[in-house]
Amino acid sequence: MEPIITRHLGTPDLWRLDTYRAHGGYETLTKALQEHQPDDLITMVRDAGLRGRGGAGFPTGVKWGFLPKDGRPRYLICNGDESEPGTFKDRLLLENDPHQVLEGLILSCYAVGAHLAFIYLRGEFFLSARRVQEAIDEAYQAGYLGENILGSGMNLEVLLHRGAGAYICGEETGLIESLEGKRAYPRIKPPFPANIGAFGMPTVVNNVETLANVRHIVAHGAEWYNSIGPERNRGTRMWCVSGRVRKPGVYEVPLGIPLRDLIFDHAGGLEEGRTLKAVIPGGSSSPILTAEEAMEVDSDFDALQRAGTMGGSGGLMVLDDRVCVVQSSYIISEFYHDESCGQCTPCRQGTGWMTKLLHRIEHGEGRPGDVDLLLSMGANIFGRTICPLGDAAVWPVESAINKFRSEFDHHISDKRCLPGTESIL
Amino acid sequence: MAVQLSEAAQARIEQLIERYPTPRAVMLPALHLATQEFPYLDDEVCQAVADLLQVPMVDVKGVATFYTMFPTEPQGTCEVHICFNLSCSLQGARRLLRRAERQLGIEVGQTTPDGRFTLRGVECMAACDRAPMMYLNDELYGNVTEEKLDELLHQKSSGE
Repeated sequence: MEPIITRHLGTPDLWRLDTYRAHGGYETLTKALQEHQPDDLITMVRDAGLRGRGGAGFPTGVKWGFLPKDGRPRYLICNGDESEPGTFKDRLLLENDPHQVLEGLILSCYAVGAHLAFIYLRGEFFLSARRVQEAIDEAYQAGYLGENILGSGMNLEVLLHRGAGAYICGEETGLIESLEGKRAYPRIKPPFPANIGAFGMPTVVNNVETLANVRHIVAHGAEWYNSIGPERNRGTRMWCVSGRVRKPGVYEVPLGIPLRDLIFDHAGGLEEGRTLKAVIPGGSSSPILTAEEAMEVDSDFDALQRAGTMGGSGGLMVLDDRVCVVQSSYIISEFYHDESCGQCTPCRQGTGWMTKLLHRIEHGEGRPGDVDLLLSMGANIFGRTICPLGDAAVWPVESAINKFRSEFDHHISDKRCLPGTESIL
Repeated sequence: MAVQLSEAAQARIEQLIERYPTPRAVMLPALHLATQEFPYLDDEVCQAVADLLQVPMVDVKGVATFYTMFPTEPQGTCEVHICFNLSCSLQGARRLLRRAERQLGIEVGQTTPDGRFTLRGVECMAACDRAPMMYLNDELYGNVTEEKLDELLHQKSSGE
């Protein structure tokens, strides 16, 4: 199948307005503003069944529908704070095709009635910042942004807002706090951002890839979108494949194709002589799959959930037979400890304890009972924090222990990694 | 005299205050501007930003110390940031990091005595298809080999 979002990505200078327009850019916006009422667009996106591409996979149209109609100003935020380890698709879009994201954003603002939108961009995305700002400037000049857009009476201001290095800003309420000029401490929900979001106003936060999808749904309709992917899992996904594969990269495929096809066809499979050991399918927080599980599961949201893991942010990391799962778990655990915002004690302290224990096990100082202690620590973090970072820290470690228990036990009894593995530390 | 941001930066901040729903929301943009103008954000710089945004200085400092991109101590002219998360580690990033330590004669997190380099192991920078990757200031380098690392560090230390 022809890719949808990434179809023109190879085009030189696609980030320029002229090039984007030469490939049909902003035709959808022009047409939609003439032919559709905002509610039509919400219905279209809801009927298309678009699910958020940032991590949780929540239906976008439903999210939009939560906004109360009470006359308060509404804000839309494009979440471009891509930070989940193993994920690199939004950067690709923002660097190479910022107008596509912008067109999706303008259409979404029209749908939800937002007159001010923010693109919250990860601070370290220097090239994206330049390209997105240029795209915004071009869009103002061409009349796609500002007052009375294309004569439709719609007004929209867009501000590019750069983050400054904090993983927690990817969590939507942390992002909102950060946008308001504060430490990015996630908020207790409810109230949900749809009611009390940025600056106390109704707010929707949508991922970059999600907004790009909106443009195509509005262009071709819900029925067309429903012809791609299995029920409840419509459309394509931009999978980010990395780790021990021959051709790491972003591959846009219809949701639901077998996960093994992504690894062995699209990403070129493993190096000669290596075998698949495990797969982390949806960013580093998603529970790990054994090779057997990964070979059987489909790539849609629901199939991955049934397999006990998740599609998450689409960051698929491949581990081959030389990789020690204790080491990979330690690296992931260290990350969540590092990025815990410090607000909730179970996460702030617990992620540190888990990392220390994993370090000790990996370095041959593990004691009998340490593996169970890790599981019990996880249970004391899980579900006891304001935001899902605590859960995100537990899933990878807990699943690694449950599926590769003997490897952890071997570290404690033999004080070293399994024979045949090579250190990545 | 109290520390102040450049007139251009002040004008930019004033402009942004007009466009954002609250002055405080201009915090991150203002701190990014301040980071360009000062070697690091000390109390005086935070005070200057606080005055522009009309918020207490502690609020500015609280934010500045939360985000890794706002330096609260002097940094090297060249900031060497090597990703050491899983995808990059799977391609040898931690070996690179140790090599950089040896080449620069410092440990991760330190700055060379001549103030030229600061070395950091950083979290995933969303370029795992180019693992192992690193940033030298704002420039991204992918598929970094040991030779490539040596060459780049050499270039930077000879002032190229």
